[in-house]
Amino acid sequence: MIDIAWGSFTPWSALFGGILIGLAAASFLLLNGRIAGISGILGGLLVPARGDIAWRIAFLIGLIGAPTVWMLGAELPAIEINAGYPALIAAGLLVGVGTRYGSGCTSGHGVCGLSRLSLRSLAATLSFMAAGFVTVYIIRHVLGV
Amino acid sequence: MKYSIASLFAGLIFGLGLIVSGMANPEKVLGFLDIAGLWDPSLAFVMGGAIVVGLGAFAVARRRTVSFLGFNMKIPPHTHIDKRLIFGGLAFGAGWGIAGFCPGPGLVALGAGEAKAVVFVASMVAGMIIFEVIERARARATV
Repeated sequence: MIDIAWGSFTPWSALFGGILIGLAAASFLLLNGRIAGISGILGGLLVPARGDIAWRIAFLIGLIGAPTVWMLGAELPAIEINAGYPALIAAGLLVGVGTRYGSGCTSGHGVCGLSRLSLRSLAATLSFMAAGFVTVYIIRHVLGV
Repeated sequence: MKYSIASLFAGLIFGLGLIVSGMANPEKVLGFLDIAGLWDPSLAFVMGGAIVVGLGAFAVARRRTVSFLGFNMKIPPHTHIDKRLIFGGLAFGAGWGIAGFCPGPGLVALGAGEAKAVVFVASMVAGMIIFEVIERARARATV
């Protein structure tokens, strides 16, 4: 039996934000001919190739600059990071290694891959979703952290 | 230049979408992953909204060999499902579940000046470097 957190469920802003993310991926695809996969865009900078650097940095500047642009017009919504530093380091290492071995993350496989009906991306998405559900279950309900 | 400007634009809209949707907040992402607690389905709506737009975009892209700016389409043709894909996905998912951060929201929170996001992103980049080092060592070993 699933209990919905009605107090924190935000279907409209989630849907609207999702559409914006879709438009970002769509414009990147239709203008530049590429998949907007964030782990791949960042990871590609670690093995820099000529002519393949500026656009990656530009994308990341846009992404990292988004809160600054947002704050020109409105107050930034809360960012609650409850994990401690050791957990953040472990999480970062796993996300870094995992997204490179798996050739993608929530954006590349989850949004773009599912949008192009890729079975490979579906398999990747099911893998990271399953691991995410199990990890949170273990942390919150087995270890009780 | 056009290529980089389009990239900057896409990155910015992507980041604003993450903020609007609430996905830049790890606690909200964990609310989705915590299916046994009080479940917040918002993340499914974010994915749904993005995929509906994406389906249209990929349907258009499929029929083109060059983009609207005249660049070659660089869409990876891979279709194989192998151990690297699955184990990579599982490791990523475990990390995602620990902190509630995947790469995009981690970078957005970094841009918001969150010290903890700096540590997450630095560790993530370290993880990516570890991957490159292992891959190069393996490539040398097989030569």
